[in-house]
Amino acid sequence: MEALLDTIAPILAATLRVATPLILAALAGLFAERSGVVDVGLEGKMLAGAFAAAATATVTGSVWYGLGAAIGAASLLALLHAFACVTLRGNQVVSGMAINVLAAGLTATLALAWFRQGGQTPALPADARFPALPLPGAEWIAEIPLLGRLLVTVIGGHTAPVYIAFALVPVAAFLLWRTRFGLRLRACGENPAAVDSAGISVAKLRYAGVLIAGVLCGMAGATISTAQGAAFSTDMTAGRGFIALAALIVAKWRPWPVLWTCLAFGLLDALAIRLQGVPVFGVTVPVQAMQAVPYVLTVVLLAGFVGRAIPPRAAGVPYVKER
Amino acid sequence: MRRLLLAALGALVLSGGTAFAQQIRPAIVFDMGGRFDRSFNEAVHRGGQEFQQATGIQVTEFEVTAEPQREQALRNFARRGQDPIVAVGFAQRAAVTAVAAEFPQTRFVIIDSFVDAPNVQSVLFREEQGSYLAGMMAAMASRSGRVGFVGGMDIPLIRKFACGYVQGARAVNPNVQVFQNMTGSTPAAWRDPVRGAELARSQIERGADVIFHAAGGTGTGVLQAAADAGRLGIGVDSNQNHLHPGRVLTSMLKRVDVATRIAFEQARAGTWRGGRQVLGLAEDGVGVSFDEHNAALVTTEMRARIEQARAEVVAGRVTVHDFMSNNTCPVQ
Repeated sequence: MEALLDTIAPILAATLRVATPLILAALAGLFAERSGVVDVGLEGKMLAGAFAAAATATVTGSVWYGLGAAIGAASLLALLHAFACVTLRGNQVVSGMAINVLAAGLTATLALAWFRQGGQTPALPADARFPALPLPGAEWIAEIPLLGRLLVTVIGGHTAPVYIAFALVPVAAFLLWRTRFGLRLRACGENPAAVDSAGISVAKLRYAGVLIAGVLCGMAGATISTAQGAAFSTDMTAGRGFIALAALIVAKWRPWPVLWTCLAFGLLDALAIRLQGVPVFGVTVPVQAMQAVPYVLTVVLLAGFVGRAIPPRAAGVPYVKER
Repeated sequence: MRRLLLAALGALVLSGGTAFAQQIRPAIVFDMGGRFDRSFNEAVHRGGQEFQQATGIQVTEFEVTAEPQREQALRNFARRGQDPIVAVGFAQRAAVTAVAAEFPQTRFVIIDSFVDAPNVQSVLFREEQGSYLAGMMAAMASRSGRVGFVGGMDIPLIRKFACGYVQGARAVNPNVQVFQNMTGSTPAAWRDPVRGAELARSQIERGADVIFHAAGGTGTGVLQAAADAGRLGIGVDSNQNHLHPGRVLTSMLKRVDVATRIAFEQARAGTWRGGRQVLGLAEDGVGVSFDEHNAALVTTEMRARIEQARAEVVAGRVTVHDFMSNNTCPVQ
């Protein structure tokens, strides 16, 4: 039993770590798409955030300034997206892809120009990164038989962004389903004409939705480069923005299911890392098979297990006031 | 354009050329991972820079950021009259094969792969020998009797590192347990430090206290995770001991810098030859690094055993199995 716990606990802890940027990015997509703006630019905004965080933390030595810069950089890109999609009524998918391409090129170029290390930023010292926070009262929690040690290993010792991400899920749920702002934002994604006829600006609400997405993507990026990693390197988000988008769809654009799906994807990733080269029931699963599992699962889930995933009805459609 | 090039060439003759040396216009095409990966590509870059500083001959460089660029970059260089052209990495094999056939007068050097053409020099390394020494160091420094290996992309070349490493570790401690992980099966596996760090953490949580990486840019995450946890990392290709002083046990050196410099020097002296060149411990093509950053970690006894093992491998008394000779490893 003890041995089993010692195997499972680190896997669960890794799950929380790996899931954190996914949760933040998927919540970002939730706000943007609930307001009626499709956001495939999560990846690009995260990458810009990752770069801004690492660059600022390198220069100032403060991880919190880094987080601020990440939020700023990602919000700027979000503003660009909102301008193209809401004000100019452009194609939302094209604008999102453009942001991905822009961020990939811009971060690599700026990193090269500023730090002269081929698109990387210098490795951050420990005090310019998010430290692992000890669980308060860990000593007496650990005393609880069996469960205690599990709790301390799984929940304790994470960096601040991990706790922030999990805390943001109920916040998002409350904001979207229990407040007037949330109701109006969701209405913008379903029936913007109704919002408009009530005398509320659709454009303002959509700008708000997309900007909130920018803030959350910035946090996700800062997590990747200054909490999980200790430097920025080219393309370091490695497709996590698209996985988050998939999680959002599987979760049918709802905050709590977003959490569960991101945790499931995180668990699969953690398992893929942990079980590599370890015999399972006497068979050693090849690396390639283990790594394909999250993608296969996404396809299987989307293909039928979760039922039909219906996006907000007006998502992707620019709102044009009737004349 | 041509006149401009000739003028540039003329300027080179005036500035740096000696009477007998041939004028060459060397170029390097780096692989994915980038020129400053603090590892493999960076070592080639350093070799080129050494040559440039010694001779004043400009070494042109190109960084590949997407797969189709490899062939384009090589062809552009060849068309512009760059010669010799160094292509870094096994992944450029197909590109070099194609472009070398198109430009039979241009000399190519490919590192880490073999291309059978008269105008191509293939530089290969006995990575298993260097990794063997790294494995010995790991087993000697490990207190837990468990050591780790994190590879980049899952290819035979990286298995060759892993296999040599395990053999070395077993030579010191027959009961040592070695955890082996690969980062991925696509070229993206060379540049995912977050995943590298997660893999290293997973090995540390299972008790590994020395972790060797052969993962290019991903490896910075491996060394970081090992240093953060107070364990030891082992660098690869370049000397990475300085990245986390006192937390990097050693680095398995692959002297691609020397190979690059020598190729350029040979081309300049007119002694360049195509064909296969294999560099091992005997040629000082591979080895392990000792410097001020790891001095506190290496005991005189370790140093002596490494020297002895090196001498035995060079003399042929110990043979290290090469994974790529039959695509299997006798030890796990």
